Amino acid sequence: MKQTETQPRPLARMRGIAKRFGPVTVLHGVDLDIYPGEVLVLAGENGAGKSTLIKILGGVYSDYEGSIELGGRLVRPATPIEAARLGVAVIFQELSLAPTISVADNLFLGRHPGRAGFVDARTQRRAALRALGELGVEIDPDALVGELPMARQQLVEIAKALSRDARLIVMDEPTSALNQPEVERLFRLIDRLKAQNRGIVYITHKMEEIEVVADRIAVLRDGRLIGSAPARELSRERLIEWMVGRRMDTQFPPPTGRLGEERLRLEKISVPDPRRPGRWAVRDVSLQVRAGEIVGLAGLQGSGVSELLQGIFGAYGRRVAGRLWIDGKPARISSPRASIRRGMALLTNDRQATGLIPPMSVLANICLADLPRLSPGGWRRPRLEKEAAERRARETALRAPSLEMEARQLSGGNQQKVVLAKWLQTEPKALLLDEPTRGIDVGAKREIYLLLRRLAAEGIGILLITSELPELIGLSDRALVFHRGEVRAELDKEQLDPNRILAAAMGAEETEGRSCAKN
Amino acid sequence: MREELKERNTTGFLRWDAPATRALAALLLVLLLGCAFNADGAFFKLGTHRDTLRQASVYGILACGMTLVIIAAGIDLAVGSVLALSAVCFSLWSIHWGWSPWLAIPACLLVGAACGGLAGAVHAVFRIQPFIATLAMMVFARGLAKTVSGGMKVSTAVPNPDGTFTFVSVPAIFRAIDSRILGGNLSTVTVIFLLCWLAAWVALTRHRWGRYLFAIGGNEEAARLSGVPVVRAKIFAYMASGLFAAVAGICQAAQEQQGDPEAGMGYELTAIAIVVIGGTNLMGGRGGMGLTLLGTLTIGYLDKILSINAVPEASRLMLTGAIIIAAVLAQRRRQ
Repeated sequence: MKQTETQPRPLARMRGIAKRFGPVTVLHGVDLDIYPGEVLVLAGENGAGKSTLIKILGGVYSDYEGSIELGGRLVRPATPIEAARLGVAVIFQELSLAPTISVADNLFLGRHPGRAGFVDARTQRRAALRALGELGVEIDPDALVGELPMARQQLVEIAKALSRDARLIVMDEPTSALNQPEVERLFRLIDRLKAQNRGIVYITHKMEEIEVVADRIAVLRDGRLIGSAPARELSRERLIEWMVGRRMDTQFPPPTGRLGEERLRLEKISVPDPRRPGRWAVRDVSLQVRAGEIVGLAGLQGSGVSELLQGIFGAYGRRVAGRLWIDGKPARISSPRASIRRGMALLTNDRQATGLIPPMSVLANICLADLPRLSPGGWRRPRLEKEAAERRARETALRAPSLEMEARQLSGGNQQKVVLAKWLQTEPKALLLDEPTRGIDVGAKREIYLLLRRLAAEGIGILLITSELPELIGLSDRALVFHRGEVRAELDKEQLDPNRILAAAMGAEETEGRSCAKN
Repeated sequence: MREELKERNTTGFLRWDAPATRALAALLLVLLLGCAFNADGAFFKLGTHRDTLRQASVYGILACGMTLVIIAAGIDLAVGSVLALSAVCFSLWSIHWGWSPWLAIPACLLVGAACGGLAGAVHAVFRIQPFIATLAMMVFARGLAKTVSGGMKVSTAVPNPDGTFTFVSVPAIFRAIDSRILGGNLSTVTVIFLLCWLAAWVALTRHRWGRYLFAIGGNEEAARLSGVPVVRAKIFAYMASGLFAAVAGICQAAQEQQGDPEAGMGYELTAIAIVVIGGTNLMGGRGGMGLTLLGTLTIGYLDKILSINAVPEASRLMLTGAIIIAAVLAQRRRQ
């Protein structure tokens, strides 16, 4: 490693970046340098200002204070297109591809080869193949983007950035929709981009990813740059301390160890695949959850665990086969409404799409699922609702300036707490949780862990899906590992270790396939 | 922390950026315009305001139902046609067949609710876009109105089998609806409008169903997974819209003293304009009846001010179009 005097000139030099939304200052004069050939991980809790900072760099927000230099030139990108022309590509969590047109059309959107507005399809196809080939991926350029799996869409997005010769590529939580092999592939791709001397800014909440991918780490907290250091020199504890601003002791609360009566029992449950009619997403699953117990469900993408929870909750209607008992009583699966009445609650894995009602107030969101009880006879009781919302807000440690504000104005962690509060208000016997800590900051995660433990201790049976292995291991009393719709392993607390879980989740064949792919 | 969780004014009348404040500002601007261009003091006469309210009432009644539908992220294009159908039925049954208003009015309301409910069911059950489902109902109800009326205006001239006409007097209920109260200072139709508005307000803010509509408009899938009876709640919204359209049709028939199968053409667009000018979001999930009341007054006064200043209809339409855009632009919230 060369020393500082020969350190290359930064690709981007951001100085004194400040940004306000109305009365709220979200960035207070942040200085950040991004160098070619390195991965800079931008870390920080939700609401720390990471997204705002990269949106400024990517031309999404143009009314900021401070200066940006790109390659030594002072710039002020006013639109994402202008930023792209300056060599900055930002790959957001919500991809910016047009789902209904082909991969090739997407790659060359706005600059199709051809004359007088007509597209030279053959040239474009060839150019697309070349661009995708450079990434080492095989994607049909004629395929419609919307029909590709998430991971492939993301690769198309990266190919699009590269075909515009982006020198600086920003990835905002790129792995949130990817499974393990896909993540590894992405990391190999990042290595190649690095070798081409491009600069990469990588935003993630996952500690393991930071450890694998980061060359340098910069931490934001409350809109300020807390520090930046080479990844080798920054310990895990130090990093978390920077992010949280206080010491983290034990990550996970201990289990209480007392189990009560049965809260949920599944017998030979099979759930149809909502995306592929005529096929099963999961088959013949039997399991039992008792009061006080947190049962983990592990599985990579395509394992069917999410579909299992949706299926038994009634989200797919009556098409689910098998038998179900809630709180010891047999239950016919019919609709979410019926399931809620029987004492089941499902926190889905995508709060924006299926959890929260963003324009409704925090209070209305919390009360929504329990309205039949909160408004006897149909007429609403504002007092009752207010008391309920206040109580649940307290229980979930929700931090909202007002219960009357729109839920979408809250940070990710607090939005998740609103959704959790909504389900707690229904006083469930069996709580189904699908990625309850996805995309939320470390502090809020810990609060949710404590809450789940307490709920279990109070006699709720919990089924938990999480793609973060430490979380699964730390929270579950036992776990079932799924592979392609079938249970591959049932592991007790002592048997829970990452290698074992991952091996089962990937299936024996998959493991071999992986070692072959490395050649 | 907990002390900060104070109750706040839900509609946000006090915050400058709240939709209600902006809708109020738009209305005040229009009223100011009226004071400036007062047509030699005509704007300051009580009768002018009474007439403005009277003329705005039918549109306002339609806008009440439209608000419910739009909050649930829908749209109802059929209200103009359902208005005509109701006007025709009401006239036919009251004038020609001599039905008592106790029978004719509920029957008309039933027809309107059925039309709305049918369109709502087509949308909610078969998952056809509300634009298409209610467009079909708009065409269908217009055809039904023409069938019922035989394609002619249903008036006090009752056709005989031999082709001659017998002239009958206007039924009492027609005159009662088109009367004035409070010493001639308030039209009865305005009272009917306010009652409709109150009913919609109560349903939206005091009943569970209102919450369901907001939830569906805000995020339908999340609402369904939270146990909201989405299909039922939506059908009821379109049913309510049809019901209000039937009320508007009865008022229209009483004011014109006839049932015109061509009545209400384009009224759906005025009703939508009222809702949007009020500040209810066309994407659903946000809005309220208070906003619609302000929107009704804004559109009503705008039209009146232009007409007392003898602005020709052609220019009036162009101006109204421009003002709708200006009002919506002024209300657009910053993301």
